[in-house]
Amino acid sequence: MMNDRLSDLVKLLTLVLFVTTSFTSFAQEIPTDAVAISAGEALFNGNCKSCHRVKQKLVGPALAGVENRAPSIAWIIEWVKNPAKKIASGDEYANKIYNEYNKSQMTAFTSYTDAQILSILAYVKSDAEKVEVAPAAAQQTAGGGSAGVPSSYLNAIVGGMLLILLLMLVILGLIVSALKKYLNQKELSEDDQQVVNSPYTFATITRSSGFIFLVVFIVAAVGFKTTIDGLYSIGVQQDYQPKQPIAFSHKLHAGSYEIDCKYCHTGVLKGKQANIPSPNICMNCHTQIKQESPEIQKIYAAIGYDSKTASYTGKQKPIEWVRIHNLPDLAYFNHAQHVNVGGIECQTCHGPVQEMEVVKQYSLLTMGWCIDCHRKTDVNTKDNEYYNKLNELHLSAKKSKMKVEDIGGLECAKCHY
Amino acid sequence: MSTTTKKTYWKGLAQLKNDPSYVKHADKEFVDMGVSEDPGHSRRDFLKMMGFSVAAASLAACEAPIRKAIPYVVKPVDADAGIPNYYASTYVNGGDYCSVVVKVRDGRPIKLDGNSLSSVTRGGTSAQVEASVLSLYDNFRLRGPRISDKPADWETLDKEVISKLEAVSTEGGQIRIVSNTILSPSTKATIEKFKAKYPTTVHVQYDPISYYGLLKANEESFGSAIIPSYDFSKAKVIVSLGADFLGTWLSPIEFAKAYGTTRAVSEEKRDMSRHYQFESNLSLTGANADYRSLMKPSQEGAVLAQIYNIVAGRSAADSGVAHVEKAAKELLANKGASLVVCSSNDKEVQVLVNEINNLLGSYGTTILTSLPVNFRQGNDEAMTAFIEDAKASKIGAVIFFNCNPVYDHPKGAELSGALKNTKLAVSTSYTPDETASASGYMAPDHHYLESWNDFEPKPNYYSLSQPAITPIFKTRQAQESFLVWAGEKEVEYYSVVSENWKNWFFSKQTSALDFQSFWDKCLYEGVYELPTEVTELPFTSHVDDALAKVSNGSKSASGFELVIYESYGIGNGSQANNPLLQELPDPITKATWDHYVTISQKDAREILKLDNDAEGNTKLISLTLGGSTIKLPALIQPGQTPGTIGVALGYGRAKVGAVAEGIGVNVYPWVASVNGSLNYNISSGLKVASTEDDFQLAQTQIHQTYMGRESVIQESVLSEFKENPAAGREYPKITNWDEKVDPASLSLWKGHEYKSHYWGMAIDLNTCNGCAACVVACNVENNVALVGKKEVINRREMHWLRIDRYYSSDANPEDYKAAEIASENPEVVFQPMMCQHCNNAPCETVCPVAATTHSTEGLNQMTYNRCIGTRYCANNCPYKVRRFNWFKYHDNQQFYHSNPAMNTDLGRMVLNPEVTVRSRGVMEKCSFCVQRIQTGKLTAKKERRPMKDGEVITACQAACSTGAIVFGDMNNPESHISKLLKIESDPKRPYGIDKKIGNPRAYRVLEDIGVKPNIFYLTKIKNRDEHKEHA
Repeated sequence: MMNDRLSDLVKLLTLVLFVTTSFTSFAQEIPTDAVAISAGEALFNGNCKSCHRVKQKLVGPALAGVENRAPSIAWIIEWVKNPAKKIASGDEYANKIYNEYNKSQMTAFTSYTDAQILSILAYVKSDAEKVEVAPAAAQQTAGGGSAGVPSSYLNAIVGGMLLILLLMLVILGLIVSALKKYLNQKELSEDDQQVVNSPYTFATITRSSGFIFLVVFIVAAVGFKTTIDGLYSIGVQQDYQPKQPIAFSHKLHAGSYEIDCKYCHTGVLKGKQANIPSPNICMNCHTQIKQESPEIQKIYAAIGYDSKTASYTGKQKPIEWVRIHNLPDLAYFNHAQHVNVGGIECQTCHGPVQEMEVVKQYSLLTMGWCIDCHRKTDVNTKDNEYYNKLNELHLSAKKSKMKVEDIGGLECAKCHY
Repeated sequence: MSTTTKKTYWKGLAQLKNDPSYVKHADKEFVDMGVSEDPGHSRRDFLKMMGFSVAAASLAACEAPIRKAIPYVVKPVDADAGIPNYYASTYVNGGDYCSVVVKVRDGRPIKLDGNSLSSVTRGGTSAQVEASVLSLYDNFRLRGPRISDKPADWETLDKEVISKLEAVSTEGGQIRIVSNTILSPSTKATIEKFKAKYPTTVHVQYDPISYYGLLKANEESFGSAIIPSYDFSKAKVIVSLGADFLGTWLSPIEFAKAYGTTRAVSEEKRDMSRHYQFESNLSLTGANADYRSLMKPSQEGAVLAQIYNIVAGRSAADSGVAHVEKAAKELLANKGASLVVCSSNDKEVQVLVNEINNLLGSYGTTILTSLPVNFRQGNDEAMTAFIEDAKASKIGAVIFFNCNPVYDHPKGAELSGALKNTKLAVSTSYTPDETASASGYMAPDHHYLESWNDFEPKPNYYSLSQPAITPIFKTRQAQESFLVWAGEKEVEYYSVVSENWKNWFFSKQTSALDFQSFWDKCLYEGVYELPTEVTELPFTSHVDDALAKVSNGSKSASGFELVIYESYGIGNGSQANNPLLQELPDPITKATWDHYVTISQKDAREILKLDNDAEGNTKLISLTLGGSTIKLPALIQPGQTPGTIGVALGYGRAKVGAVAEGIGVNVYPWVASVNGSLNYNISSGLKVASTEDDFQLAQTQIHQTYMGRESVIQESVLSEFKENPAAGREYPKITNWDEKVDPASLSLWKGHEYKSHYWGMAIDLNTCNGCAACVVACNVENNVALVGKKEVINRREMHWLRIDRYYSSDANPEDYKAAEIASENPEVVFQPMMCQHCNNAPCETVCPVAATTHSTEGLNQMTYNRCIGTRYCANNCPYKVRRFNWFKYHDNQQFYHSNPAMNTDLGRMVLNPEVTVRSRGVMEKCSFCVQRIQTGKLTAKKERRPMKDGEVITACQAACSTGAIVFGDMNNPESHISKLLKIESDPKRPYGIDKKIGNPRAYRVLEDIGVKPNIFYLTKIKNRDEHKEHA
């Protein structure tokens, strides 16, 4: 918008930079060390997973065994960096897979170094080999889970006991009244009569001033509490679940397909806003997948894509999503601080989004809720030199781990300015 | 105690005289001006309103409004929501120049900073530059082209303009392009293309504030009509005759920076320049001078002649002005490191100035003719000739290229009438100003923040400007208009500029391999600089001629003399519609929102029999010159030369937006032509009379006083500073039960410990020149509301940062009676004052709701949403820096004029999204730009490293051209502030607040009350031989 030429050039420069740096690494063997595998896993989950699985065919082929299938490791590296170039060069294997997968072009990952691509392959290889062990482990955890008493049973037991107690109360009452009748038919001394016909009947108790006071007090207290709770809930939109213009399912994307949150919410590590993805991110997959769906057609309408001719018309119309999480303007919140620096999972605040067909506001998002978490949460000081000095000072004075509140996490000007 | 004489400091005349109007309100934080808020409402109305609003609020609270989140359709790679982008660009207004960096948040420019890569402005800015971001969102802007004041489209306008131009051209009629100084080589090339198509075109440049006399003088002395570069940083002795080079003269940003380096002193560098100022009005520059002498305009020639004769070793007649001989002798003693500048636009006077500078060997050292500046190229004779031609119907077509001569030329009214004689008159101004309204066609240009352009402030110093926002309205870059009218199709000025740079610069350099990378580097840096020439122009002496002419010219005038000056805030009037500048208190008079004449106390007392009181109540006085009479309020100004009257240009705009409507009168028509150039000093023919019309000025000078507390300003002179770097310092003691002790040693508090950062600030009173760029920068950064004249009178201005201007009385401190007589020529000290972020903050202890609290990093925090408006904190603040929101200044039609940034959809685009817009009934104050601190910390955390010094810069610090404000982490021994203050931590308590401050100049204001602020001031040192002699 402002300066496309400059940004184009910056992109070009970065590309050149990365290409030149990537030439410096020569290792062409798939590493087997755990570091490389875990690095590869992170890269795979963040970037590949939306189209590839290790053992399952998705948009692209299942990657297990790719190192044996493809012509060479060097070929894979070149392909990942620029698939279009490889296809255009007339490479036989490249064209074969291109045609096999409905001529859907893979995204070019120009910024990857050779080492990064190799680490992805390392992960793929190790994951493919893990196949046999996984189901057993899953069974084990399932078995372990059933050993505890489910909470629904507990409720039933408590309910049953209450019922029995009530029954006993009724029976006892009946016995008392029967005994009274029986005793009244007999001749009794005056003292005994007084005992039998004691003034403390149900009616006298309910009319006593003490009882009335108690009842009034309880009603007033409950009423007061309800009012206060009601007032506190003003502006709190927990469970807010508006209808969105496009029926996008997080359950499908984040749940079933396990697409990393950061793949679409690109700003979450960088800054304040996590970013609602722009339709061009959707198009990475949906040029191929589910073209006929009326919901996908809405994306096409927004970005101006003609699925019949597979071309862009240039007629764009932004999608007006309904905002779910609305912090008041007076509160400053930054995603990067929490997700990037703090290393907090998205689900901590947003709940099990991967199970939500339609997203709702999971947390309270009140100041009390924020403060509560700041009191309980340890500062993520691992590998962050910013906290070194602070952590050292903290540990020299206290034994407990440094919490967010210990470094000013409860101060007004952390969020209000 | 040092040997320093204890001076009396005063902010205004009323304070010094203890005027009842001053005393009445001096001890009140909140003054009841007897303003009835709304007398039309009864108690019943109140109950009804309250009932309704409670019901409405509870209803509204039930149903939250549906908010939309609309992402980009295709997100640009480098644009992320909530993350600002920075673009290097250039601010240009006529010949005023500043290389800037534009902060763009979500596609909207919201803040400007100086570009430190520029060798011309070197990261400096001015109040006008800082404020110019708001002019982008000016409601007065044209929404698109107009023909005969009716909306039109570009096609129709182009068709009509081209057909008329061709008609004029084929008849052989004259075409003129009129503009202010043009710094842009590509623009000039574009005008040449236009000329090629229409050969009868002549390009006329003029400047509202003309420097034509200086240009002509240099033509006589050097054979070339140039203005040289002035290098104040090399000058040890500076003599200025009326030139306000720190405020308005020629290139003040550049000069302030260089001047600042010569004024900086420290324990290690106990030397500074000496500055003499001879002037009539008390200017910003005069306020900074070591020796300031009162001079009438008519004495200018005599003063110069005396200086010349002394420098030349001839016998010199006494001009009758103080310190001339002393100045001349020191100039001579510092040959090669001295500099004489003069604001006169009279060629003969400037020739004599050149002669003096030549004798002093200034050329090649402090004045560089090898590096002429392009800031002022206007030709008064050509402009006058154009107006005469227009009147005589000799002009067929005229295009006013971003200039407004109908307003800002003395013959503007004549020009306006003459435009009816032309076949075609087009204005490219982006507002419907006086000239545009008088022209049939309005072809509005983009704002500079929407434009591509290049500039050449000096030879071989180039800079670029690039759009920081897509054009808001249907405007078109004026250069594109010229090309379209010259018959070119499919023009894009961007490609014109880049093509020019390819041909002019890329082809001559070797470091970049391809043009795109060269262009991108230039665009990224904003500037492109090449080595400059070193050959000075040969000087030809015309001294006898000049001396004779000057002494002929300087007759001893009788009666009042008028000095017309450029307004410090709104400049030549082009910025009049910017409320940031209108509400900026003038550095000297501290007046806002008004046009006034400055007169001396003597004249006010003896001739006009009038007085100002502390509330700015004054009377209008009438000035008559050559048959025209104007009436303006009188402002009694200490330091004004008796017998002279000062009046500012830039006011009295007839066609201006709602902000400046009806303020003042236009005095451009009074500017007369002398020796072919416009003269701003009028020595004869002025009649001054008092009237009975009352007027109230909105002056902020005596708002927020310290109730007679001392040790606010601590100053000394260089001679004493050389002996003792702690000269001028006062060490207050308070009485313990048995002895007098340091106030810091007694405290009820244990004292904070800041384990992370410890933010602090140091302000050097010696390099601060009071320019107030910081005030505007703070306003823009922190969404500070502008309240308008009426509320300023009610002392409700909202500025978080103010610059206190103190006059000091030169009377003997023992002589109490004499101390009450206001000095005719007082010394001036400026002191930026904002929240001092006290460690023992008095405001925090009195807040009943804990809305103002202390942070673990030394900040005094203000939480708006917790504040219930008791105002206890402000009452308890010894520095009077807390500001209360008496009204809802946003979304309130009452403040539509004064505060467009919060009351119009267009204006709101300038607001900083990181800072809350405060509502009615809450207190606010300087936050140390906490949003910037938070951003800086987050960046370091994201990169998993400790913070670096200089990573967090407050808005005021960034705006300060002279580097007088230093902000940083006092826990970091390597930080600039730690080194400047020579901070030593107590080894027993390394993170405690009681650090040892090793810099002998550093002091805290009101140290004796023991609040332990985190802002330190460095003593003011004047380069005088001794303290000012007692009157």
